[in-house]
Amino acid sequence: MAATDATPKDLTHQILYALSEAEPLLSAEAFPQAAFTDLKAALDRLGSREMVKYDTIDREEAILEAEGETIAANGSHEARVFEALRQAVEGLTVQELENTIGDKNVTKVGQSKAFKEKWISRTKDGKFKTARDSIEDVTKEQVQTIRQTRTHPDPKVIADLKKRKLIKTQKVISFKIHKGPKFALEIAKEETDLTADMIASGAWKTAAFKPYNFKALGADQNAGALHPLNKVRSEFRQIFFEMGFEEMPTSQFVESGFWNFDTLFVPQQHPARDLQDTFYISDPKAADKPRPTGPDDTRDYEEVWDNVRQVHENGKFGSIGYRYPWSPEESLRLVLRTHTTAVSAAMLHKLAAQRGKDGRVPPARYFSIDRVFRNESVDATHLAEFHQVEGVIADYGLTLGGLMEFMEIFFGKMGLTDLQFKPAYNPYTEPSMEIFAFHKGLNKLVEIGNSGMFRPEFLESVGLPKDLRVYGWGLSLERPTMIKYGISNIRELLGHKVDLNFIERNPAVRLDKD
Amino acid sequence: MPTINVDKYRLFEELGQQFTADEFQELCFDFGIELDGDTEEDPSRPKDQAPELAIEIPANRYDMLCFEGIALHLNIFRGKHATPNYRLLDIPESKMQSITVKKETAKVRPYVAGAILRNLKFTEDTYQSFIALQDKLHQNLARQRTLVSIGTHDLDTIKGPFTYEALPPKDINFMPLNQTKKMDGAELMSFYESDKHLSRYLHIIRDKPVYPAIFDANRVVCSLPPIINGDHSKITLNTTNVFIEITATDQTKLDIVCNIMVAMFSKYCEEQFTIEPVKIISDHNNTTRVTPSLATRAMDVEVDYINQCCGLEESPESICKFLSKMAYKAEPSKDPKFVTVSVPPTRADVLHACDVMEDVAIGYGFNNLPRSSPNKSATIGKPLIVNKLSDIVRNECAMSGWLEVMPLILCSHEENFGWLNRVDDGKTAIKLANPKSVEYQVVRTSLLPGLLKTLRENKSVRLPLQIFEVSEVAFKEESQERKARNERRWAAAFYGKTSGFEVVHGLLDRVLSMLRVAFITHEGGLEGKDIDFEVKQNPSKSDGYWIEEINEPTFFNGRAAAIYLRLGGKVQRIGEIGVLHPTVLEKYELRYPVSTLEINLEVFL
Repeated sequence: MAATDATPKDLTHQILYALSEAEPLLSAEAFPQAAFTDLKAALDRLGSREMVKYDTIDREEAILEAEGETIAANGSHEARVFEALRQAVEGLTVQELENTIGDKNVTKVGQSKAFKEKWISRTKDGKFKTARDSIEDVTKEQVQTIRQTRTHPDPKVIADLKKRKLIKTQKVISFKIHKGPKFALEIAKEETDLTADMIASGAWKTAAFKPYNFKALGADQNAGALHPLNKVRSEFRQIFFEMGFEEMPTSQFVESGFWNFDTLFVPQQHPARDLQDTFYISDPKAADKPRPTGPDDTRDYEEVWDNVRQVHENGKFGSIGYRYPWSPEESLRLVLRTHTTAVSAAMLHKLAAQRGKDGRVPPARYFSIDRVFRNESVDATHLAEFHQVEGVIADYGLTLGGLMEFMEIFFGKMGLTDLQFKPAYNPYTEPSMEIFAFHKGLNKLVEIGNSGMFRPEFLESVGLPKDLRVYGWGLSLERPTMIKYGISNIRELLGHKVDLNFIERNPAVRLDKD
Repeated sequence: MPTINVDKYRLFEELGQQFTADEFQELCFDFGIELDGDTEEDPSRPKDQAPELAIEIPANRYDMLCFEGIALHLNIFRGKHATPNYRLLDIPESKMQSITVKKETAKVRPYVAGAILRNLKFTEDTYQSFIALQDKLHQNLARQRTLVSIGTHDLDTIKGPFTYEALPPKDINFMPLNQTKKMDGAELMSFYESDKHLSRYLHIIRDKPVYPAIFDANRVVCSLPPIINGDHSKITLNTTNVFIEITATDQTKLDIVCNIMVAMFSKYCEEQFTIEPVKIISDHNNTTRVTPSLATRAMDVEVDYINQCCGLEESPESICKFLSKMAYKAEPSKDPKFVTVSVPPTRADVLHACDVMEDVAIGYGFNNLPRSSPNKSATIGKPLIVNKLSDIVRNECAMSGWLEVMPLILCSHEENFGWLNRVDDGKTAIKLANPKSVEYQVVRTSLLPGLLKTLRENKSVRLPLQIFEVSEVAFKEESQERKARNERRWAAAFYGKTSGFEVVHGLLDRVLSMLRVAFITHEGGLEGKDIDFEVKQNPSKSDGYWIEEINEPTFFNGRAAAIYLRLGGKVQRIGEIGVLHPTVLEKYELRYPVSTLEINLEVFL
């Protein structure tokens, strides 16, 4: 209901009265003095009540420049020169001519133009005199026409005068107004809405209703909303559930170096363990050696500890190891987990103690999506915190081809197909594969995740049997979300700088639909 | 991943093929290195400079950290080149150059190795590559020279036998590389203090009582590792006999670096791929030996293991063929169940049969491997209960018209304590040792700082703002192995021209009633808002929640309450609700009143 009542009432009435006398009504003729905005508002007001209809007329108008005005009043320069000479029968010198006309410029331009038109000529003694009896001052007539009608029937004339800088043109919008279906001289009171009172009283039967503006947006819902990143997270969780995955307990930001690195066969001098990359904890001081989580936990933690030490220091499980003095103190330093794989390590250790009906460690599928921490310098694509999506499949007889096939299915559910796998290096998976997909928008292969088969040094250290192979893969939650929504700065997605309007208006996530 | 810049035209010449951009990209992709840049079309490249390729090398391939290594391994992969047979020149130990290790070195940098490249011809390109490889090894495997450092010398300017000693800084006096005056160890430390390049290595030995140094037979200081070499023995383009000494704190990495250095550059020796060994005399710890080792390691790898992991059915012979593409020498062993693989001295990354198996897969081509079903066994999906609970609360909040936010978990100490008028008792918050910014000093113990910062950054959004978060805080917890525990919380904040206390309270009522918990008033005993709430024997002892006024400095006086919950007869305080104190608002630069609630969700599990 965009009509406004701020326009002068009388203008709407004037329009109605004028329209009752003559239809169609040209606003430029009927209301030449009315300001455009007032006129438009009045017409909209009447139009919304269907009392009038109108078309907009775009028109070029010609307006006289100062020089044009002088010509309209006094005649063209050449005509003034002719007239002066006509009155001075004996002819005039340049100086006399200038004195008579009283304007040096007019004299100069007029005299040369009059020569060209052959209206005047020069006597032997250098004076000017008329060369004919009378002239027709065409220019004067033209500008006078324009002053009256704001145009000229001959477009060439307008172009010529414009070139001579006597006139300028400007665009003018005016209206051609017709009667509408509800035309009347008075504006009837119209209801804007159907109300309970009207239904109760029956007034709706006779009331006139103002037409609804179907072009305007509806009312703001003051809607609540879930965070876009969590909406994507929820899609990922759904995919994991569809594929039989159990969610891992990741409520543990603080990890020991043992679970976060050593168990995973990340050597103690690995760059990822640098102060530059990992957040270390100053308080509390250090972790305890791995130990049972409760009275029901009968696993041999001492064995895991020794396995890990030996596999790093001297090699074990068919591995020659990294062959360096392994430090228990380094292993017990506390860190903010740099990946949720620390949780996977603990889960696989737990799995190793389980037995299926066949007496073997049962196959399992685990996943998690949770926060991880890196001591990164913050920039457009890096934050000290982000979310890792992690999946683990433990089973017998798994092959690399199966891992790739799984990735095709997993990412296929997000509309990513035709994956490519690139050999890569990761200390705890071997083989390691970076997963690439073709991105239509970016028109290139983009890396969408990392995957591999966990190293035996890790799996056998936590007690899993040699023939149980384990796929692991991971990706950040933020990266696919940023690609999906064309966000270039991660701070616009995670953290306190995120715009609340963005959260409220972000559409539903449909990963399978583009 | 280290990035190596190589001369594109030289590399293509070495590979014997002019690749198109796509072809080369594909080769890199299949092999597992990454083409990161090509300056061919770069308008800023000077006309007289050949275009460079930037190639990312996986962190385990130390043998590809230079032009020579990249060219060699790509050629082997493409079947254009056999794996070189690196060998030591056959010299009787009595005639070998030697480095005698003094026992004091154990106090600072205990290990040393040496090697000599004879009759080598540098060109400008190979000389630069030789320097660059040392630099890359120092940065990566050697962890900024802490583990290993390399010194290279013109052997014709010095005279063995050499000694590796550790002396007080004052007793080591020499002219460092490219300097014009002699200085002792202590002077050298202050001289290089402001050096952009070398200053970052000084800390490795600076405060040690003795500094390590390599001397020649005439007491010429060859180097003061891991800082700098002497000027006396510096190598130039014209050097033909190169003496390499390598010192270390890690024996394994020392051997790796030594093997890589000589393997890469023995290519330019008159007798290709030969290395003159150096005897290391280290009687004090019984580690007298000859370096470099250049030992190939033999491994018997099960054919079935390789085939099963890769999903292949290849014969031992064909497995050996794939391995030869990856620089191994492999042959079927007498027992047909195995292949005998000899791991070249440059492939220090091969630790286990799984590394060999991966190389078979790369040799075969990852993308050519037969696909199979990943679904060997059926498993049952299952959500984590605490996440299900969180989702209920999150959805209820959003349905009530609140916006979910996701602030950071790390925050400054002030934001977590002082700004909330809270005091750090030293027993609660987990503190970080090495944050790069004050924004990351502690793990939050409350969700409030994140909510308040979010409000602060959204002042231009139309009022009122109603935001919530369901996420975790963490606390110190001595009883746990990791000395910490997380707690799942729910918090909400209202920001508007009025305090909005009743709005926040209404949200609490709404969410708790959706969790089937009823509100109990003190006087009335019970005002069950929940439709299926059952009054047990004693209504005043029934399950439910109530709020009780508290006076805590985070909140405005008389406008705050603790939230209590009685479940199964057990009463606990689960959180607070209140109008924030104006001094808190001031700290967070908020102009309008804020009401908040924050509770522990785990009690509802």
